[in-house]
Amino acid sequence: MDLDKNKPGAAPARRRYVTTRRLDRIFVELAKVYRFNARFFKEVWFPPYEFREIIKQCYEIGVRSLPLISLTGFIIGIVFTNQSRPSLADFGATSLLPALISVAIIRAIGPLVTALIAAGRVGSAIGAELGSMRVTEQIDAMEVSATNPFKFLVVTRVLASTLMIPALTMFTTLVSLLGGYLNVHQNELTSLSVFFYQVFDAITFLDIIASSVKSVIFGFTIGMVGCYKGYNSSKGTEGVGKAANSSVVTAMFLIFIEELLIMQVINTIRAF
Amino acid sequence: MEAKQINPNIDRSEKVISIRGLKKAFDDFEVLRGVDLDLYKGENLVVLGRSGTGKSVLIKIISGLLQADEGTVNVLGKEVSGLKPREMDALRLKIGFSFQNSALYDSMTVRENLEFPLERHAKHMTEAEREDTIQYVLEAVGLSQAINQMPSELSGGQRKRIGIARTLILKPDIMLYDEPTAGLDPITCIEINSLINEVQEKFNTSSIIITHDLTCARAVGDRIVMLLDGQFQREGTFEEVFDSNDERVQSFYNYNFID
Repeated sequence: MDLDKNKPGAAPARRRYVTTRRLDRIFVELAKVYRFNARFFKEVWFPPYEFREIIKQCYEIGVRSLPLISLTGFIIGIVFTNQSRPSLADFGATSLLPALISVAIIRAIGPLVTALIAAGRVGSAIGAELGSMRVTEQIDAMEVSATNPFKFLVVTRVLASTLMIPALTMFTTLVSLLGGYLNVHQNELTSLSVFFYQVFDAITFLDIIASSVKSVIFGFTIGMVGCYKGYNSSKGTEGVGKAANSSVVTAMFLIFIEELLIMQVINTIRAF
Repeated sequence: MEAKQINPNIDRSEKVISIRGLKKAFDDFEVLRGVDLDLYKGENLVVLGRSGTGKSVLIKIISGLLQADEGTVNVLGKEVSGLKPREMDALRLKIGFSFQNSALYDSMTVRENLEFPLERHAKHMTEAEREDTIQYVLEAVGLSQAINQMPSELSGGQRKRIGIARTLILKPDIMLYDEPTAGLDPITCIEINSLINEVQEKFNTSSIIITHDLTCARAVGDRIVMLLDGQFQREGTFEEVFDSNDERVQSFYNYNFID
């Protein structure tokens, strides 16, 4: 060690020590994430199933998100259609607008926008709730009363999120298409039936499947990240804020990575 | 400040908790350095000590929330460290843990807080039996009227009482109280002390009470132990514990009663 220190170009001992500690921390964190996920897949199959809590969480995640999701989806539909028109008009191809909207919204915008909004609303709520339960010893209280807090708090929320985000995605997609229709109808006087005929004509079964699978993965990610951050939070109220914040940031980051990867996989499948 | 009359029903032949050579460290800081402790059936044992001396760590190890580094912890004849999760859960049903901040579930009403353990561990009970049990424990803590309130609507003392009611609902053999009077006004402290003694009589529990409040210690303790430098240095009745020339013991007493 001492000999290394004298080599030209060798990093100073303190910097090397700090780097090693950081690397250690990253690997420890990765191991904790792996164990947390593994515990979910182990516990999800076995009773008690806590159906009442799952339904409650489905209501919190699904129904309570509807107003925000509806408004955002509708506005995105209108804005996207409006912004796309001039480009198509240059080629005299405004009749392709429904097809363009359909492909963009069903393949990418619908699942992605829903997931991002849910990451902000649901992810932060789960992170803050579980974080606050951790620092006020409510999770410990469950444990000492012989109730599995992981099953009651984590499994239920992750399941609810995994089930509800696809449902919300379908709803957002529909509302966005309606927004798009409104804009198309206003400018081109296209009827609803013709609009939706063109919408469904442009997409394939693979698009629907890919979109659904994607939203299931996004839902799982949002639930899991929120639960992980909240369940493992510490340092009092500061920790609760950090848990809520990092739930959103991490979930959004992972959603973009997943979107990129899934898109590549789907394009490969499409090529066959 | 009246000293408690020692409970005549204490069975000194039966140890419900027996701890030997318990050690626990966090990073480089050794909190417990070889603790030995016995809790007898029907006894209220007070663990005194300054903040950060490992009092709460001790009862968290007893209830299986924390793992000991060394030593043995035997609860109701079972070695805690060797238990499988299912066996640990079965043991936990016999232990009631009253948390320092009550740890009531914020999103549930008082009734739902009390129903929560019953729904999971008393499935054989009918709806009427559950209702009776809830009413019984609420009456025992003197808060029947709070049944439909949310925890946020309760005062600190009321939250403590409901926390104790929630632990009593499964009729535990052992009660662990973590700082039961912390953050409460003197009158409420007296009420909580009386409640701890009532619980001992009515439910025939053996208890460990963690506190740094000497008034509480004197009012509820059949026996008192004092945790100093990670070990129990003094043991006996209140008077016996504080009949000492040890500067640390004297300063602890003076801080509570003179300063």
